[in-house]
Amino acid sequence: MRSFRAFLLKEFYHIFRDRRTAAILFGMPLIQLLLFGFAIRNEIEEVKLGIYDQSHDVVTKEITDKLVSSGYFLVTQALHTQAEIERAFSVGTITEAIVFEPGFAARLQREGKADVQVITDGSNPNVSRIITGYTASVLREYRNDSAKMAAGGVVGVEAVPLMMFNPALKSVYLFVPGLMALILMLVSALMTSISITREKETGTMELLLVSSLRPVQIIVGKVVPYLLLSFVNVVTVVALASLVFGVPCRGSLLLLMLESLLFITTALSLGIFISSITSSQQVAMMISLAGLLLPTILLSGFIFPVASMPLPLRLISNLIPAKWYLIIVRGIMLKGTTFSYIWKESLILLMMTLTLIAASIKKFSVRLQ
Amino acid sequence: MSETVIHTEKLSKRFGDFVAVDALSFSVRGGEIFGFLGANGAGKTTAIRMLTGLLAPTSGSATVAGFDLYTSSEQIKRNIGYMSQRFSLYDDLTVRENIRFFAGIYGLSGKVIKEKTSSLLETLGLVEVADARLASLPLGWKQKLAFSVAILHEPKIVFLDEPTGGVDPVTRRRFWDMIYEASERGLTIFVTTHYMDEAEYCDRLCIMVNGRAAVLDTPEAMKRHYGAESMNEVFLHLARGKQAE
Repeated sequence: MRSFRAFLLKEFYHIFRDRRTAAILFGMPLIQLLLFGFAIRNEIEEVKLGIYDQSHDVVTKEITDKLVSSGYFLVTQALHTQAEIERAFSVGTITEAIVFEPGFAARLQREGKADVQVITDGSNPNVSRIITGYTASVLREYRNDSAKMAAGGVVGVEAVPLMMFNPALKSVYLFVPGLMALILMLVSALMTSISITREKETGTMELLLVSSLRPVQIIVGKVVPYLLLSFVNVVTVVALASLVFGVPCRGSLLLLMLESLLFITTALSLGIFISSITSSQQVAMMISLAGLLLPTILLSGFIFPVASMPLPLRLISNLIPAKWYLIIVRGIMLKGTTFSYIWKESLILLMMTLTLIAASIKKFSVRLQ
Repeated sequence: MSETVIHTEKLSKRFGDFVAVDALSFSVRGGEIFGFLGANGAGKTTAIRMLTGLLAPTSGSATVAGFDLYTSSEQIKRNIGYMSQRFSLYDDLTVRENIRFFAGIYGLSGKVIKEKTSSLLETLGLVEVADARLASLPLGWKQKLAFSVAILHEPKIVFLDEPTGGVDPVTRRRFWDMIYEASERGLTIFVTTHYMDEAEYCDRLCIMVNGRAAVLDTPEAMKRHYGAESMNEVFLHLARGKQAE
């Protein structure tokens, strides 16, 4: 026990002595959360709009006003010819152009319909898609309003969408759980695998093994500091997400913390496994970064939904621990899910952890022979 | 020169088809400086790793400090010290922290650690740099510290795996003074080296060639037997002889 205490103390020295490590450990969650929260958003504000109004009547004026008053659009240019539209797009003064046909109001009056052309800058497909959607919804609303006034009732079928759990569709709701998975994976797996392989590289591992420390104590001693630090990170991220971005935790906070501990353990055992198959820090870092970081971002459903992936990738995604943790965290934080609905995901994480530990032990004993 | 502290009987280690150590049998007596000599890849490090419990032997038997290698590895650990080829200590810890750490993992109590730390800093003349990071120290000092730390828990035997690699001759000579001192206090030293001048400092020598113990005797007896001036000649004679076979 005495030797274990000395070992644990040394591990904390390593972490806090190296300013870079400490900065990465504690700065990364903060910076990433703020970056993801503020910089990466799907909402678009102030669409630069060009209007080519060939009609100049009451209706086109009303529609334009409605677009501007929605708060998403800013009319930056009045256009007068077709050629002017193209120029404005290539110069970049507008990202969307709206063209009203000549005699718009008159045709609407006469035939009950008139044409509006919506042109967007397709060089950024995501943005175009979103602003086309905005524009269409404003136009639809205008049509419904005027129909109501004319006929005294709603005409046809109207879809009223409601986004459950995230009515404002805030993207930070999407990123916080993913970010937790990413940070925990990095801190736990990367840092443990590097810290164990460093001892192998410098030859100090031999000294440890010759001392009265048991191998199990060495592993536990390596894992405990990162377990604590990762847990501090979970608390930081959840607190920041709630204070700065207003992301709620609708379910049990205790359950969230317990599930996070489970995921941290999975990541730690992954780190141990990596260090058991390699003996250099460089290789351990490469495996952790290429083998963990990218899949955690790309295949876990953090950014791209798993359901829209091709079958082979969907199958691979099942092997990514972060995928299951994401389901759990989104469930608890955003939907207020209780344990009875996420026990399967928890069980999968537990099985992964046990498998990794068993594999590491096997690998370790093979080495000793 | 009393009881036997290390005894091996046909100790072997195979890695697949490669035989790193081949039926090694020898005894080391308490208090002697026992040298293990051989070219790189002759099996010295493999042998030392087996005796310290880092590597399980493929076959054969051995006792270290009176305990069986297979069944009592924990007791063996408590009675041996080990210093590896690279004087491995922690560069990002201070001198004092390194001493405390190694004393700690050998299970010494807080009070003993405190006493040992200050007396060791005193004897090594490291009081002034006690709180400096180890990385800032010259190699020779690290070497001395690594040795002192390896015997801090007062083991019966200390294993030194090429303890003088990459160090200048003067520092090497000083290091051997430390070894003599420790030996006079009754510590058994098991040392591997490929420096022939160091071989002369040992009480008895085992020269390894291709995983086998080619000869085991005192340096004087070896020189007499082969009619050689120095250990270098003895070694070349043995190594050439093996190649010619």
